[in-house]
Amino acid sequence: MGVDYEGKKIGMWMFLFTELLFFGGMFLLYSVFRYRFPLDFHAAAAHENVWLGSVNTFILLTSSFAIALAISAMRKGRSRLSASLQLATIGMGIAFLCIKSVEWATKIQLGLYPNSPVLLQKGPGEVLFFGLYYVMTGIHGLHVLIGICVIAFMVVLTRRKKITRQNPIKLENTGLYWHFVDIVWIYLFPLFYLIT
Amino acid sequence: MTGKKGSARYTSFYQEPGRYKGILSWLMSTDHKRIGIMYTLALLSFFAAGACAGLLMRLSLIAPGKILSAQTYNEVFTVHGIIMIFLFVIPGIPVAFGNFFLPILIGARDVAFPRLNRLSWWLYLTGAAIIFLSLSLHGRPPDTGWTFYAPLSVESQANISVAVFGVFVLGFSSILTGLNFVTTVHRLRAPGMGWFRLPLFVWTLYATGWVQMLATPVLAITLVFIILGRFLGVGFFDPAKGGDPILYEHLFWIYSHPAVYIMLLPAMGIISEIIPVFSKERIFGYTAIALSAIAIASVGSLVWGHHMLTSGMSDTARVIFSLITFIVAVPSGVKVFNWVATLYKGSIVIVTPLLYALSFILLFSIGGLTGLIIGALAPNLKLHGTYFIVAHFHYVMFGGAGFAILAGLHYWFPKTTGRMYDEVKAKIGWLVLFIGFNALYFSMFILGYQGMPRRYFDYPPQYFTGHLVSTIGSWILAAGLIIIFGNLVRSAFKGKKAPANPWQGRTLEWQIPSPPPAENFEKLPVIRGDRYEVKRKG
Amino acid sequence: MRKADTQIPAGSYATYAVVWLALVALLGATIAVAKMHLLVRYSVLAPLAIASAKAGLVLIYFMHLRYEGWFLKSMLLVTVATLTAFIALTFVDVWYR
Repeated sequence: MGVDYEGKKIGMWMFLFTELLFFGGMFLLYSVFRYRFPLDFHAAAAHENVWLGSVNTFILLTSSFAIALAISAMRKGRSRLSASLQLATIGMGIAFLCIKSVEWATKIQLGLYPNSPVLLQKGPGEVLFFGLYYVMTGIHGLHVLIGICVIAFMVVLTRRKKITRQNPIKLENTGLYWHFVDIVWIYLFPLFYLIT
Repeated sequence: MTGKKGSARYTSFYQEPGRYKGILSWLMSTDHKRIGIMYTLALLSFFAAGACAGLLMRLSLIAPGKILSAQTYNEVFTVHGIIMIFLFVIPGIPVAFGNFFLPILIGARDVAFPRLNRLSWWLYLTGAAIIFLSLSLHGRPPDTGWTFYAPLSVESQANISVAVFGVFVLGFSSILTGLNFVTTVHRLRAPGMGWFRLPLFVWTLYATGWVQMLATPVLAITLVFIILGRFLGVGFFDPAKGGDPILYEHLFWIYSHPAVYIMLLPAMGIISEIIPVFSKERIFGYTAIALSAIAIASVGSLVWGHHMLTSGMSDTARVIFSLITFIVAVPSGVKVFNWVATLYKGSIVIVTPLLYALSFILLFSIGGLTGLIIGALAPNLKLHGTYFIVAHFHYVMFGGAGFAILAGLHYWFPKTTGRMYDEVKAKIGWLVLFIGFNALYFSMFILGYQGMPRRYFDYPPQYFTGHLVSTIGSWILAAGLIIIFGNLVRSAFKGKKAPANPWQGRTLEWQIPSPPPAENFEKLPVIRGDRYEVKRKG
Repeated sequence: MRKADTQIPAGSYATYAVVWLALVALLGATIAVAKMHLLVRYSVLAPLAIASAKAGLVLIYFMHLRYEGWFLKSMLLVTVATLTAFIALTFVDVWYR
């Protein structure tokens, strides 16, 4: 009972639409605060490590490439290749989170975290910048973590032949989710790292 | 209960428990009909709790300070709002009647994602439990009003985070239901059931599903911001940290205005089903009504600022929001005109569902027109934050959506229970309710116009008469509700057995037995020819 | 009754590789543009435009939007338009205060 392949795909896309609006609320706040405090945002963004941010962007773009390949492989019946590519995607996801943790740790050690005495000394725009930074990259990071867990589950299903050339929808929907998480980061990167 | 369908015996869905036994056959069920029944019972229980809170408020208001302290009064109106809005009217018609009837109306056996449907139901229960937890945990119940405005919601010592988290969980339930229904309409329509052959109730459930999916996530993130503000000191709405409390209001109402269309669109869908049946006429202007649902959902998503006209927004914003608010009244008007046109020269059958539908048209029109008054900038200055607003939204939400729920409960009672309710008692209940409702809420228009503020537990003596009339109205209303639900409960067990089609309705649910079998249709129907005419193949 | 499932062809590895190279190139462009220190108005629009190009590539090629029907494409448009409207109307307030 229930729907066909097309229905499951539409369902996943619509879930991503809801996620777009969920992140959208954060982007709304970002736009308003950046409009109000352009100089403070510029000053605060100087604390970001553009090199680490770029590497992370590269990692996520490549991980999207990997999972797209994994799905193609599955469609061509190459189950083991697909599983390996899925694992590669997970690896890159983990690498992304590691780099993100390093960035967070660095900032926290400098005393730059919400409600810290160091932060509250700064201008209001900088306080807001860091609030948005932690909230947006934090919630994004949570989505990456969830994605990693889901892909890991897909690897298990691939190995158990529950995902096959004839029935690839679970993997394809997972891919859609992962690409969405990539797209969110594609926007976050210039907004937090490249404010000139 | 087995019954006769034609000459063949059949088992109703009540008799087919599925994989589990006993209570688990209900709680673990993925059958949209069982889920719909459970939701209905839960909704009505929460409504009773919310109504008690309301009655308590009204009692306090004729003896201010003697029954409830100021602090407790704030908690009671907060809880009244949270229960009524998040546990009753928003889930309301979609989860009760949408779940039970959407698949049947389009000729399907179930929704697109039955297990997701069960998850929505469990999330609903979980959200409700968390909210009730916030009332009883160590610390005070929330006292900010159901709107949780910052900075009070961020700074209040009450159990705000728990309550807000409960609402967050409920939001997830709503999103998944909307997703499920939209996919169902796209993929599971019976052959021949083209878009412009869909029952109008289905059109409204479809439009509502989109609103649930696109608006609710904005509330979700806003609630997260409150929790982050409370626990981590993230000050997006705190001017001392560069934030802006008006931004909270924007984010909150970006959801909460479309939310009223989640409440209202399916209600209008039910009225569009009932009116043609009891005028024995085709609905007038089917396409206009169908498209007006889409128009209301779209344009209605852009009016949220009319809740903030006195908050300190720019004048330009105030003008634009007011203008769009007037525009959104047009598609609602289209529906009202078309319902009345359907009734005109029809063969009217005065039964309880029609009485509720006719009351809906009157009460919703009063609510809607008063909405235009307060949507205009100059009157809003005087009326914002007064009882005029309280009266307005109760007319549309209770007189509108609430009466539509009662209409649906009576209209579909034979189909869901297999029994008829007592028509005389139902009519008496309706009359008592109608009188009580208007006494309770019309007096509030007058009180508001005279300047009585809302959410105040006390007031100067000149407002006493208005409050007294209103409170007596609340008692009459309560009596009406007791008659109505007493009748429905008794009839569910002792009512006369109902035929498959007691109303001569044309939509698909009347072509299957009362109550339906587990798989809905023996053979999935093929729709041929005219809109509500179904010819079965073979 | 229903169209044959999995009608959409499997994407070729080569196409994905080309898209990935384009994405990496656009990443380089994003950073280069940032270093150019444009006027304020463009310093917000340019990175966002490039980001949108990247997002578009991911949507069209990786997420197979190019093979999807008009319904899905228009619903995506409606969703983006909705978010845009929310932000735009909020700015009508913020801008003119």
